[in-house]
Amino acid sequence: MSPPPSDSTPHISNGSDAPDTSPAGSFEAELAKAGANVRSRRGMAVFLARRYPLGGVGLAIVLLFIFVAVFAPYITSHDPLSTNPAISLGAPSAASPMGTDFMGRDLFSRVVYGARTSLAVAFGATLLGVLFGVLIGLASGYLGGWVDLTTQRFIDMLQALPTLILAMAMAAALGPSLVNTIIAIAIPKLPSIARVIRANTLSLREMPFVEAARAMGMSEMRIALRHILPNTLAPLIVLATAGLGTAILVEASLSFLGLGVPEPHPSWGRMLSESAAEYVRTAPWLVIFPGLAITLAVFGTNLLGDALRDLLDPRQRTSN
Amino acid sequence: MGAYLVRRTVLLFVTVLGVSIIIFSLMRIVPGNVADILFESSGYIDQEQKAKIEAELGLDKPLVQQYTGWIGGLLKGDFGFSYMSERPAISEIVPRMPVTFKLGALTLFFTIVFGIPLGVWSAVRQNGIVDNTLRMITLSALSLPSFWCGLLVLMFAVHVFGVIPIYSNEPRGIWHELALLSIPAFVVGFRSSALIVRLTRSSMLEVLRQDYIRTARAKGASEQTIHYHHALKNAVLPIITLLGIEASHLLGGLVVIETVFNIPGLGRYLVEAIRWRDYPIVQNLVLFSAFAVVITNFIVDMLYAVFDPRIKYSE
Repeated sequence: MSPPPSDSTPHISNGSDAPDTSPAGSFEAELAKAGANVRSRRGMAVFLARRYPLGGVGLAIVLLFIFVAVFAPYITSHDPLSTNPAISLGAPSAASPMGTDFMGRDLFSRVVYGARTSLAVAFGATLLGVLFGVLIGLASGYLGGWVDLTTQRFIDMLQALPTLILAMAMAAALGPSLVNTIIAIAIPKLPSIARVIRANTLSLREMPFVEAARAMGMSEMRIALRHILPNTLAPLIVLATAGLGTAILVEASLSFLGLGVPEPHPSWGRMLSESAAEYVRTAPWLVIFPGLAITLAVFGTNLLGDALRDLLDPRQRTSN
Repeated sequence: MGAYLVRRTVLLFVTVLGVSIIIFSLMRIVPGNVADILFESSGYIDQEQKAKIEAELGLDKPLVQQYTGWIGGLLKGDFGFSYMSERPAISEIVPRMPVTFKLGALTLFFTIVFGIPLGVWSAVRQNGIVDNTLRMITLSALSLPSFWCGLLVLMFAVHVFGVIPIYSNEPRGIWHELALLSIPAFVVGFRSSALIVRLTRSSMLEVLRQDYIRTARAKGASEQTIHYHHALKNAVLPIITLLGIEASHLLGGLVVIETVFNIPGLGRYLVEAIRWRDYPIVQNLVLFSAFAVVITNFIVDMLYAVFDPRIKYSE
């Protein structure tokens, strides 16, 4: 199943040194057609919020988590790492609103600082996956020939492994660390990103504006980066946002299995593995709160991703 | 058709062979091997002992020789030797297969039984209460980590029934086993069926707008017949694609849920083997999951031709 080509209208080079190939132009035109006041940013924002209320909720949730991650030290005064055996497995109370774990660490601070770990891994893995996925996809689609053939076979092989299994194998091979977890989650992202970019590149390569750029004497590298790449931005943004939620889930699963982010970084997934089956009986708060944090974060990115897909990539819509 | 089958089969083996090289290389970039782990626990490293263990396990041979040894063995049905249990890998893997297969089959069953009818229901009531409720539920289901969902189910069972429905080694009879496996299967299937509901809905919406549906209605066909006989038949291809993807990636979901529910299957074994760096087990299990993926893709392509007679694989 090959993904449909990008919907953004390519522009024919206008002869200046840096022709406008960004999809933003056509995007604003489309908004204006739909009745938005494109002259002010506020007008556009109001229009978008009305049109995609769920996407707005998603954006708010994502921003909330980013805020919590950035300002963690100001949100909680407890150190997420300081232990206190005296209050081990304490129930939620005024002093520790989410209770304490078996080492007497404050769960609320751990969940708050866990947002840092989770978002760092999610954004890091997505960026890394997009960077290399785009490089592979562009090279494969633009250069064609044996480069295309070999990369496609390699991508087939990567795709023959389930996401979590590949991430587990990578994580095990690289050893436990924050950076290695990011790499382990980025690698399974490569195939889908490379595929979409390649498909788009294949159709864009034949466009008149590429021919025009070539006629002007632009180097192939410059055409690929300045003319082809900007026109694949819309599907790329959609894929990357949708991938954020998956990255959060995979990080949580890896950490749950003991193959993810190591101590001392507080990780939501590892909090659940520490508190697994036995605390289900004795300390349910240890199970409920970290899981809620994961679910809410993923829910937010899913809502945002759905709205962005409807907005930027009308042909990939799943709902009408 | 014949030429197509041959080409597909060749490609299938090329992919699996490529995956085997990737897995093999991955397992070798680990700093340290099983001998290091054995000595790690004792606190010091006896170089002579270590060399002896490595020689016994074949870790001192050149990498190419280790690789050809592995693949050659596989072709002869020799799956290598588990470092962990000191038994042939095959006698560790095979007994764990049935429970994982049962769990996988039950998961797919739940995915289809809930996913497709609910998706159809959602589509025919587009923008109604049912549709909107289902859309919220499915979106939430996609955000729920399956291991957390599993833990919540365990918690619910503990607080309401006072028992933890964890798989014990010997379930009492087939119904007891079915009941025990249904819970984790439902937890994994919840997410997959949410995906199927969403796709069935959008796929059905495209079809329901077509002229022949109006014709069917004009002929006086019942709504039930129209939805399931006329519409679903033509909306089913993308659903099969997604079901194929979900089926082939099942092992990934089962790894986590087998750990939560303490089920002695392949998934939990893979986690243990990775922790112990038991190469023969990890290599074989990961390769097995790749094999499952390519075989499922192959079956799905064949199913297209079954469900849509217009598709023929010939040139």
